[in-house]
Amino acid sequence: MTETDTMAMTDVGEAAITALATAMAEAMFAHAGELTDLDQAIGDGDHGLNMKRGFEAVMAELPAIAAKPLPEALKAAGMQLVMKVGGASGPLYGTLFMTLGKEIGPAPDRQELAAALAAAIAAVKARGKSDTGQKTMLDVLAPVQAALAAGASIGEIRAVAGEAADATVPMRATKGRASFLGERSIGHMDPGARSSQLLVEAVCGVLGGGR
Amino acid sequence: MNSRVGIVIVSHSPDVARGTADMVRQMVGNEVPLGWCGGNPDGGLGTSVEKILGAIDAAWSDAGVAILVDLGGAETNSEMAIEMLPEERQAKAVLINAPIVEGAIMAATESWGGGSLDEVRLTAEELAPR
Repeated sequence: MTETDTMAMTDVGEAAITALATAMAEAMFAHAGELTDLDQAIGDGDHGLNMKRGFEAVMAELPAIAAKPLPEALKAAGMQLVMKVGGASGPLYGTLFMTLGKEIGPAPDRQELAAALAAAIAAVKARGKSDTGQKTMLDVLAPVQAALAAGASIGEIRAVAGEAADATVPMRATKGRASFLGERSIGHMDPGARSSQLLVEAVCGVLGGGR
Repeated sequence: MNSRVGIVIVSHSPDVARGTADMVRQMVGNEVPLGWCGGNPDGGLGTSVEKILGAIDAAWSDAGVAILVDLGGAETNSEMAIEMLPEERQAKAVLINAPIVEGAIMAATESWGGGSLDEVRLTAEELAPR
């Protein structure tokens, strides 16, 4: 359980918040084209650009955000996403981060993080009037939360996120614009599931010290 | 002071929002408070919570505002904007389940005739697909 210890951070300070936000932003920047391509297949083709714009806004405010305690930093980052993303993913990811900020303390352990993520997932479900199994970001976030709660290692959580994103390929979308395509949404990975996977991987990369 | 229900138009496209607003104006003149917005924060296709808050403010009336949207993100972003309003305004800002162009015109006509927020909503929602 040594990796559990890695995750039981005693102090999520300025350096850690900066590292986490930067890793997430870099993942969005590096994969903006891929996310947009996925979204062009089954959505309106703006997911990569939208996420890039949102995380550019987070990075522009990073010194101020990282100076805050973790809960306030999460809320501030979420608000940037809400205001700047420009698509449905803004309120959805914004709600995820803002709810994490509401539910978490300044030095969360695994149990607290898992509980906060569960609350944040419930808030995203309410915001999107959606649930798991509908080919959305929830199909990655929910299994990641379950793995986290069950004591999985960072490497295992990363693998769960990847498998969960892959598992959206054969799903049929019933929410969002992909649902307009009906059967034709089958066979493409959901762009929101992919961006969630990338964000989870980025966090795992920072927490796991690159493992 | 205007006692008529305000109409807010939120489209992914600034052109659609502006064009819908033009049609509403032609129907009801300047007597119905009207706000509209379209486009993401960079001006491309999409919606922006910041712009929606501005449009709600522009159309604000003590009788409330009816918000017409086009596609998914416009709805999600409008719900987010409503939650960010001052608490006393939140109950008076209502998302309408109707096609954006026809719904805006029906809602504005009902508002012009003196309908309450609830009447405006019901009139516009008669157009919603069942």
